[in-house]
Amino acid sequence: MKSAFRESVNVALNNANLTGALGRFSEAYRVGRAKAYEGIDFEAVRERIVAVKSHAASHLDELAEAFKARAEARGAVVFRASGPAQVKDYILELAKARGVKRIVKSKSMASEEIHLNKHLEAGGIEVAETDLGEWIIQLAHQTPSHMVMPAIHMTKEEVAEVFSSEVEAGQTPDIPRLVKFARGKLRGKFLQADLGITGANIAVAETGSLVIVTNEGNARLVTTLPKIHVAIVGIEKLVAGFEDIQPILTALPRSATGQLLTSYVSILTGQTPNTDGSPKELHIILMDNQRTAMAQDPKFKQALQCIRCASCLNVCPVYRLVGGHVFGKTYTGGIGTILTAWFDELKKSEDIQSLCIQCGGCKTVCPGKIDIPELILELRRRLAVEQGQPLVQKAAFAVVNNRRVFHAMLRAASVAQKPFARGGFIRHLPLFLSDLTEFRSLPAIAAVPFRDRIKSIRQPACREKAVFYSGCLIDFSYPEMGEAVVTVLNKAGIEVVYPERQTCCGAPARYSGAYEVAASNAQDNIEALLETDAQYVVSACPTCTVALKQDFIATFESLGMTGRIPEARKLAAKAVDFSTLVKQLVDQGRLTFKQGQDLGRFTYHDSCHLKRTLEATEAPRELMAKAGYQLAEMTECDMCCGMGGSYSLKLPEISAPILERKLGNIKATRAPLAVMDCPGCVMQIRGGFDKDGAAVKVEHTAQRLADRLE
Amino acid sequence: MDALFETFKTRAEAVSAEVHRFPGRPEALAFILGLLREPGGALWADCGFLEGLDRNELVAQAPGLSFQVTREAAAAVRVGISQMDWAVAATGTLVQDAAKVELRLVSTLPAIHIALLGTARILADLPGALQRLHPDQTGCISLITGPSRTADIERVLTIGVHGPERLIIVAVDELQGSAA
Repeated sequence: MKSAFRESVNVALNNANLTGALGRFSEAYRVGRAKAYEGIDFEAVRERIVAVKSHAASHLDELAEAFKARAEARGAVVFRASGPAQVKDYILELAKARGVKRIVKSKSMASEEIHLNKHLEAGGIEVAETDLGEWIIQLAHQTPSHMVMPAIHMTKEEVAEVFSSEVEAGQTPDIPRLVKFARGKLRGKFLQADLGITGANIAVAETGSLVIVTNEGNARLVTTLPKIHVAIVGIEKLVAGFEDIQPILTALPRSATGQLLTSYVSILTGQTPNTDGSPKELHIILMDNQRTAMAQDPKFKQALQCIRCASCLNVCPVYRLVGGHVFGKTYTGGIGTILTAWFDELKKSEDIQSLCIQCGGCKTVCPGKIDIPELILELRRRLAVEQGQPLVQKAAFAVVNNRRVFHAMLRAASVAQKPFARGGFIRHLPLFLSDLTEFRSLPAIAAVPFRDRIKSIRQPACREKAVFYSGCLIDFSYPEMGEAVVTVLNKAGIEVVYPERQTCCGAPARYSGAYEVAASNAQDNIEALLETDAQYVVSACPTCTVALKQDFIATFESLGMTGRIPEARKLAAKAVDFSTLVKQLVDQGRLTFKQGQDLGRFTYHDSCHLKRTLEATEAPRELMAKAGYQLAEMTECDMCCGMGGSYSLKLPEISAPILERKLGNIKATRAPLAVMDCPGCVMQIRGGFDKDGAAVKVEHTAQRLADRLE
Repeated sequence: MDALFETFKTRAEAVSAEVHRFPGRPEALAFILGLLREPGGALWADCGFLEGLDRNELVAQAPGLSFQVTREAAAAVRVGISQMDWAVAATGTLVQDAAKVELRLVSTLPAIHIALLGTARILADLPGALQRLHPDQTGCISLITGPSRTADIERVLTIGVHGPERLIIVAVDELQGSAA
């Protein structure tokens, strides 16, 4: 990570206006979105969008030609442009040929993508953005920080200042007045403009139609008043049939702003009359700029399913802290990172991709069902291939790659940490490591790891076996969680087997783009875990479980190591997370809870991988309820805690405020106990409360269930 | 019809439109003329509602009213009036074949837009409306849901940025035909 980028992160984090505005918006957004989707089957809608858009992505050239034929039959001129230069030259030449002096624009991300305004202004033409947010940032000489709300990072005071210095002195920070001022000033520009530029939200091949949505009504004026209309349309906006616009119009306003429908939707087809009765000159530019290349990439083709609603920004725990000037270029947030890598260049995504904490929140709300976190990992992998890994990281993974060395180091660390560890915590680390313990304490490495402790546990005779995959944290920091797992499974008549040769699940390597290391970890683990013939391979760490169930296979697929996949699938079929397995055992009557105890209230934190990949949200809650605890739900129970594996080591400045919000939400429930299924979350949240001082106990579900079973 | 109207009214009012319903044209006309009493002028785009009405008589009652829709006039008046073809109950949306530029001028430039609508033209959902109004028939389909709005400064909802700040929907039971 370049130091200039790190600096920009810190500037954003310390901008209280920015983090305040984005934080409040993200909270309101969740509520507004949920309300807008009431009575709508979101999964069904997004399946339709996926069908429509993936079909289009497979037929881009064909649809573009069909669109061109239809639109031209209706009097439009359609120009297919491969790259930004062609688009810019076309518009400037057209403007010059028609003697155009003034242009009004409604919001178009495609025009932002190619930096059109600069080009036209250099050609001596006045260009006015008319979307209020776009006009503000144009006057402020900035770029949009959000795809739907470009000026969300600015306060009314800042807007008043920009209006005063750039347009007319004396503007006050009164929002209705500022809006009226903009209306008045821009009205003249609409009426005087010779040419109007818009984007399009959808382009329909069957009819040659453009669908344009705005709330302000500026696109209606831009397409009605000037005699020439130029629409710049990225070819990913194409859909085959007129009916295909329906799922997009259902999802776009709901996901973007929590509206049932945007105030104005215009469906424009061919020439319409001008105000003087002449037919309007309509030019439609179908812009490729890497979209075809993207469609031909088996991994990234799905990114063309994006409808630009920006919901991936709105739910992102990192975006709401740093905003789009840090997290993105022209396009912002998760999808923006991917689009930047393609429309700009891979290298430009190098810093911004590192901001993704891989919580998966965006994936669950994306109307195009794009696996944004997975695509960001793929960028990470390609960057690592292209540029090589950073030296420090390479050295670290060389250690993780060698189980014996790795485990020997952890044992050595348990001795070396002694000057810093007190009561199971490390509260302060010296020098450059101090960032890690500034906002939360770290767990001390256990004197005796779980791999040694299990040897002294006397298990009863059982008819069934489960292989236990501990993962590094339970093995070396929280062996007591492993012991609780053994207690619970023994009660169900299951003997726990611990294969010694198991090693790191490879998640740290994979999430850093070091897929070869991840593959090597996967291989070691598959061999170790399949050695014993057991019915289950159970893990009490959701990230590890996801590695066993999905990531091993995905890593092999990415690297073309197809020969390894059958064994990986065999392991995946057996792998299960602790709470899901225990719930099954309870349902089968193999485990029963002690009756009649009121153990008080608890709140439950949904760990990212458990909730969004393994989809186990109810099992732990139900088990805790059966054990005798009352659930007190917290706000944003499924929002990331900021741990993100090694993320909190790489970006502690972002991890800390995410954790702070989580601690606040837990405290607001007034429950004395916070339970979760992930040892990583326990490490983060328990460490946070140790610093914070609040009397909240933080535990793994397994620990709370162990002594509650008959 | 009543149930669809009620849903439409609820949805449209939720996005700050004003919705009124009248059994016949005379009652609706009286209401509209009442709105035109304030100074500022009004432009009424040609439509089915006006059929058979004496336009001179209307101008006599509302002196600022004109039926000559030009961009200069539309930019100058306070009120624009036009008739809608369909409406969608589920979202409180008005649907119009707006290929005629006059229809767009009166619904974009003035501060108040009065939208006339046959009550029976309210349909349940958008797919229904888009089956009846297709791009093969017209170069411009306008969907209007509430007045112009923005939340671009500090996410504070503000009504009336570029388009009308008031959208007054007048549903008339006896009005059968569409805009044309």
